[in-house]
Amino acid sequence: MKRKSTILNRVKKSAAVLALLCSGVVLAETKEQEQGGSLKAEIKEYIAHHLQDSYGFSFFSYTNYQGEHVYIGLPLPVILWDNGLKVFSSSKFHHGETVANVDGNYYALHHNKIYKTDAAGTINYDEQQHATNSKPLDLSITKSVVSMMFVFLIMFFLFKNLADSYAKNGGIAAGVGRFFEPIVLYVRDDIARPNIGEKKYKKYMSFLLTIFFFIWFLNILGLTPLGVNVTGNIAVTFGLALLTFLITNFTGTKDYWLHIFDPLGSTMAWYAKVPLYVILIPIEVLGIFIKPFSLLIRLYANMQAGHIVLMSLIGLMFIFKSWLGSPLSFGLAFAISLIEVLVALLQAYIFTMLSALYFGFAAEEHEHH
Amino acid sequence: MVGAGLVVIGVGMGIGRIGGSAMDAIARQPEAYGKIQTAMLIAAALIEGIGFAALFAVS
Repeated sequence: MKRKSTILNRVKKSAAVLALLCSGVVLAETKEQEQGGSLKAEIKEYIAHHLQDSYGFSFFSYTNYQGEHVYIGLPLPVILWDNGLKVFSSSKFHHGETVANVDGNYYALHHNKIYKTDAAGTINYDEQQHATNSKPLDLSITKSVVSMMFVFLIMFFLFKNLADSYAKNGGIAAGVGRFFEPIVLYVRDDIARPNIGEKKYKKYMSFLLTIFFFIWFLNILGLTPLGVNVTGNIAVTFGLALLTFLITNFTGTKDYWLHIFDPLGSTMAWYAKVPLYVILIPIEVLGIFIKPFSLLIRLYANMQAGHIVLMSLIGLMFIFKSWLGSPLSFGLAFAISLIEVLVALLQAYIFTMLSALYFGFAAEEHEHH
Repeated sequence: MVGAGLVVIGVGMGIGRIGGSAMDAIARQPEAYGKIQTAMLIAAALIEGIGFAALFAVS
């Protein structure tokens, strides 16, 4: 009972810090105390930890008076395919400190990946220090997956509500839809229409709106102290860019492909075109892939960089170790957070905008000349 | 590291020029505000991409 109350006490104390800054601050503090090792490496590791996806939400952690690690967080289900489906809670790993025993199979966390091990949790290495243990197929519901499901649900109810209010009130938005209606109209009138063209824009609207709000909401969610970094995950942005790539190329008109494989058309004789096309066609074909690739990198790098800057500024507090450090660190982190709110919207806009632009190229049908 | 710094200086100058030119353009033709802004953002985003590529090559 006594232990519980001290934990509660510390939770309350931490909550004040938590509300303003980020969950991991407490984590960094305790880690520094227990190891006393090089602080810079600690902060680096802490930032890397924050950027990664993980098997549970961890709000904060500390070492109690008995010297035990106490983690406050929310474990999530781990789903593995290893000669049959294995489902268990990520709390079995105790944040990588113990080996999970599931029906006689042992799994251990190593660099945030699940490996199959023996009962002692031994990890074998090859010469390059890569683990050689077998990795089961990982279908876990991780932090990122939960965030995406959350955003999916929010979007579903928000826009269903908006659509319903149109039907009910005779074309007038009600409630929270009043806030989102102008944004939807902005995407239609200022992103889709000018870039894709009056004739065909409707076909692409559902994708553009979905991707705009999906990225925007996930970016905003990444700024909360939950520590989710979904759009700063290259696999997620790869998936989004892949959709743009597929839609662009599958809706491409004859003119779009002609532009790639016969850009000069009938302006020149064929024997004059051949030497030019040796260079032009590979460039055009490469361009098909570079366009979505730049989308992928831009979103990923922007969100990743934003998180790194924010975390580093919070880390300043532990480097200064004086009363001056905290207000400085807080002020800078606050300013950067405000900029990040803008960047969250801007990146969603840029991604949607460029997608629309590429769809515009694919949908173009110009008169032959 | 120095190279990344140079790239960031270049990117800063590039985006600064785009922003400045866009301001000039908007001042000349306020009615084309929307179009200019769109074109500015696209160009800025493309340059920014180069900057990030450099930063990630370093880290």
